[in-house]
Amino acid sequence: MDELHDITLVINQRPYHIRVPARRTLADAIREECGLTGTHLGCEHGICGACTVLLDGQPIRACLMLAVQAAGRALRTVEGLAQGEALHPLQQAFIDHHALQCGYCTPGFLMLAAAMLEQDPDMPEAAMPEALAANLCRCTGYQNILAAVRAAAAVLRGAA
Amino acid sequence: MTALPPGPRRVVGQPVTRLEDAPLVRGRGLFAADVCFPRQLHMRVVRAQVAHGRILGIDTTAARALPGFVAAWTHDDVRDIPPIPFRATKVGGLEPYCQPILARDRVRYVGEPVAVVFAEDAYVAEDAADLVAVTIAPLPPLLDAAAPPGDFGPGLHTEPTVVRKGYGDVEAAFRAAHAVVALDLSIGRHSGVPLETRGAIARHDRALDVLELHGTAKKQHWNRDEIARLLGRPPQGVQLFEGHVGGGFGVRGELYPEDLLVCLAALRLDRPVKWIEDRREHLMATNHSRQQRHQIRAAVDAEGRLLAIDDTFFHDQGAYVRTHGARIVDLAAGMLPGPYRLPAYRVAGHFRLTNKTPAATYRAPGRYETTFVRERLMDAIAERLGLDPIELRRRNLVAAAEMPFARPLDTLGTDVVLDSGDYAGLLDRALARFGWDAAQAALATRRQAGECVGLGLAFFVEKSGLGPSDGVRVSIDASGGVEIVSGAASVGQGIDTVLAQIAAEALGVRYDRIRVVRGRTDRIEFGNGAHASRVTVMSGSATWQAALAVRAMALATAAAFMQAPAEALDIVDGVVVGPGGASMTLAEVARQMGPNAARMAGQTPGLTAERWFWSSHMTYPYGVHLAQLRLDRLTGEVRVERYLIANDIGRAVNPMLVEGQLVGGFAQGLGGALLEEFRYDAQGQPLSTTFADYLLPTLAEMPEVDVLIAEDAPSPLNPLGVKGAGEGGTNAVGAAIAAAVDDALRRPGAVTALPILPQQVAAWLAGDR
Repeated sequence: MDELHDITLVINQRPYHIRVPARRTLADAIREECGLTGTHLGCEHGICGACTVLLDGQPIRACLMLAVQAAGRALRTVEGLAQGEALHPLQQAFIDHHALQCGYCTPGFLMLAAAMLEQDPDMPEAAMPEALAANLCRCTGYQNILAAVRAAAAVLRGAA
Repeated sequence: MTALPPGPRRVVGQPVTRLEDAPLVRGRGLFAADVCFPRQLHMRVVRAQVAHGRILGIDTTAARALPGFVAAWTHDDVRDIPPIPFRATKVGGLEPYCQPILARDRVRYVGEPVAVVFAEDAYVAEDAADLVAVTIAPLPPLLDAAAPPGDFGPGLHTEPTVVRKGYGDVEAAFRAAHAVVALDLSIGRHSGVPLETRGAIARHDRALDVLELHGTAKKQHWNRDEIARLLGRPPQGVQLFEGHVGGGFGVRGELYPEDLLVCLAALRLDRPVKWIEDRREHLMATNHSRQQRHQIRAAVDAEGRLLAIDDTFFHDQGAYVRTHGARIVDLAAGMLPGPYRLPAYRVAGHFRLTNKTPAATYRAPGRYETTFVRERLMDAIAERLGLDPIELRRRNLVAAAEMPFARPLDTLGTDVVLDSGDYAGLLDRALARFGWDAAQAALATRRQAGECVGLGLAFFVEKSGLGPSDGVRVSIDASGGVEIVSGAASVGQGIDTVLAQIAAEALGVRYDRIRVVRGRTDRIEFGNGAHASRVTVMSGSATWQAALAVRAMALATAAAFMQAPAEALDIVDGVVVGPGGASMTLAEVARQMGPNAARMAGQTPGLTAERWFWSSHMTYPYGVHLAQLRLDRLTGEVRVERYLIANDIGRAVNPMLVEGQLVGGFAQGLGGALLEEFRYDAQGQPLSTTFADYLLPTLAEMPEVDVLIAEDAPSPLNPLGVKGAGEGGTNAVGAAIAAAVDDALRRPGAVTALPILPQQVAAWLAGDR
């Protein structure tokens, strides 16, 4: 059961050579073996979305995947959003629109929204609530998260 | 004390962005699970799987054989540790009902800790816990708090106390009544359910003999003192630390068995010990809340004026009495009258144990429940007398001219004195803002087209600023950096920003250059923490006073150097400025007040001041919620379309954050009204142990929420005029939605219980057709 596997996780374009048992979840490996604790665990059964990361550009629940399954594939986490000191437009919009309180769900929402806007930069505003309903937040009541994503979408369209 | 004049100021009253956000959006927060120490062990709790029974045996043999296993404990190993004590109750006689840190002889709810295992790895700890065999002889579970009390133990039954309050001649009022309206109303079991589960990491610094606990929240100083007492250590030998906190809502930061277990293990096993709760555990181990059944009667005169209320209610506490004691029953009994004149009142709150997860406070505790009950009652009275429900409320609201309004009641050990307010005025503003009359007309048209749509409203009174004290130390260092050290705590609500705004206003510095330290017992001797919407009132006022004191010190010192009277000086952007363009930075002032400055000889050095704010009365925010909703004939779904929260909080230090509190609080109220419920089967097995069963609201359920922040009635009880904003968004949601569902059904009084679930709505609609 606890046979160890040597794998490489590529996170935010950087390789992490780690040794994990097959049952180690991707979320735990990102957090513990790779030290990227921005990815949070809220339920460990795939509902809350706090652990959302991007795998080959797709938002996934890192709690529902094993680390060995992600070996060699392109992962992105919240730590990869900002370019140095410059925040990603979504991060800035979350600050400007008070889209976070405790901040625990925030990395998951940021990664979900990043994938959403990369896949569909012209996503109609009316389609955003359904897409963002994939993740849970317990503090904000979501209104400001939606406002922040709308604002960031406009910025990203302008920048493109 | 110098009061801050009303209205928006330079920093206070401005919707500035938060100091907290920069690390959080970058994934640089430090939540409990992010805390790691070298050589740490992992703890896993073995929990009871039956609701009630006698423990016949606990066999850890198989667990001990696992590679990586370190230790396993049952009650026999911790019998020297006293049970979890109370903090917040004046009710005596509750001690026999406290929870032992590991079950003793009997288990009383599914999820109760019966053993713990420690291992080198979290996965191994979970494996080991699964291998612990617990043999239990089941006993019949007690699941209904309104049923006759059962047996708790030798000489003890399951009703530890009855909280009774009241005043006036209730019997005479009922005899003289024009009408008597009686209702039987229930509120379901739901709770805070923060996105971050609980966590606790303890380590013993052997070099200094200090026990450290990390991942803490809410009440660090009280918890420190209790942990020290229970473990037989001096308080100075125990320090609690707060990192980031992933939501509190009342449930996190109370002292739980797991907190003591990690501390004890760190001492005994001589290694750091980490425990992180999983979600399934959270839903059956962290405090539940809310569940009550009220049998209430009102006596009214012919004009609908309240003559008396007589309420008997049953509070479902779950299996043990936790840190809050009977606090929620006390709050419910004390706050039930809300905003109305009430000549006579009698309440009996039956505090009862059942074989469910123990309960305690959750955002607007005792008020979410009693606002539902009271406002249902007002709607029923209006219906009985054929009055418009708004008009009925107007006839009963306490008038602005009657403020401060003292009720012959107490709650939380303080007299209930409504400190300020213009209730009718806010009701008018809210109706106008919502466009109530136009909405009524629009819904009438939609009804003719076959839609089930309705409007409802509910008035509420909150309470906030619970004393008795809180202290803040404001210091300016030799670089001009400003630090606020507070005995408060953060649960993610943005308190760093709020305290920094208040200090910045007083000092004349930029708020975003201020560092706020809180939730740490090693930086300030005392603190009363973050709960009961108290931090902005208590710690905010202390911050204001301490910062004003530092300002005065800085000006006095600068005056000597600048050869100008202190009164002629001001501080702008961290620089003391005087007549004729003279200036001196606060950094320079601080250096001139250092321990090696000749002019400080014989004095206490430092540009620093500590002030304590004391309060013996709470301050009472108030407001009204207005809801418009539609019922889906096919699915029974209640779709809230529009919602307005009007809330007077005296002064909004940061309107953006206040709005965030109110809208976020609304979402939690919405969950309790329509979605969230901890259900149990007939054997006491919990049925809501995943997020697929316990439904939190998502963005898809959120209506458009409008917020009216009123500042009509600044509190006279503190220098800022503030009242707490943490709970008004939650308080009246169940009540307002119930009224609107009645209206949509065209069936007054239909809703008698929360949550209002689709099956029930569908059944009503089927009967409707």
